Amino acid sequence: MHIHLNGDCLHVSPGCTLEQLVLQLQLAGKRIAIEINGQIVPRSQFTHLSLKPDDRVEIVQAIGGG
Amino acid sequence: MNDVLIIDGKKYSSRLLIGTGKYADFQQTQQAVETSGAQIVTVAVRRSNLGQHPAEPSILEVLSSDRYTILPNTAGCYTADDAVRTCRLARELLDGHNLVKLEVLGDAKTLFPDVIQTLKAAETLVKEGFKVMVYTSDDPLIAKQLEELGCVAVMPLAAPIGSGLGIRNPYNIRLILENAKVPIIVDAGVGTASDAAIAMELGCDGVLMNTAIAEAKNPVLMASAMKKAIEAGREAYRAGRMPKRLYASASSPIDGTFF
Repeated sequence: MHIHLNGDCLHVSPGCTLEQLVLQLQLAGKRIAIEINGQIVPRSQFTHLSLKPDDRVEIVQAIGGG
Repeated sequence: MNDVLIIDGKKYSSRLLIGTGKYADFQQTQQAVETSGAQIVTVAVRRSNLGQHPAEPSILEVLSSDRYTILPNTAGCYTADDAVRTCRLARELLDGHNLVKLEVLGDAKTLFPDVIQTLKAAETLVKEGFKVMVYTSDDPLIAKQLEELGCVAVMPLAAPIGSGLGIRNPYNIRLILENAKVPIIVDAGVGTASDAAIAMELGCDGVLMNTAIAEAKNPVLMASAMKKAIEAGREAYRAGRMPKRLYASASSPIDGTFF
């Protein structure tokens, strides 16, 4: 199935959890925050949340800035 | 005597706050921050680079939240909604840390704040329990309104972000200081050490800067200069300057002259 990830289209297996996506992207243990369809998903929920087709996912981090 | 800066109940010995953008690399960022003595550093919140260099360190690994107070900003936001959304994401990624720098821009050329959207965002954020340090114009009325909404610090600009022009309107800054019950931190537009010293001599509680250090020819040396300028300006303010006079007042006595 397809989801939208940080503005791009990504193909993921049906029933893929957020935890699995994070592992796939090699972001495990990194300080990130994730929003799905405009709602923040707390880290504790990553294993419980299964992605659905067309979900809009945003994964953000801190970068240098003024 | 312990002259500390208190923001949201936390004490800081440094009155210099710095941004982490525009440096050549993380090593320079780290050196500049360390040399400056800053304890509060701002960061931006942006999309993660996916699939590219996963082993690359991130800013939070270079500047640990154990050692520094990390201040996420809402840079690039032009609406209250985007700013609020950014703050919520920042709080999540920083494990509930709720001190934020609110900035809502009105214009891409000058990066002046949209004070109406800023007020709107500040109201929402304070209600959601954020501790808001708010970038604003040097309008004393807006500054007071932001304080009354519950912001923990008000941060009037000296001049446009990255312009290096120094304090354009010291009289407005003084008016803001007169009316304020929260820390007033000049944020944006500082260019060189004397600009920072002037801000502190006016009575400001601190100065936040980024470009002034990052775009100096020698950023680490400028970080050192800024540290001293903030300290010197603060001491001069606390020392109570001499009055300005129209006419001269001799420093050596007339009595005992032999000519």
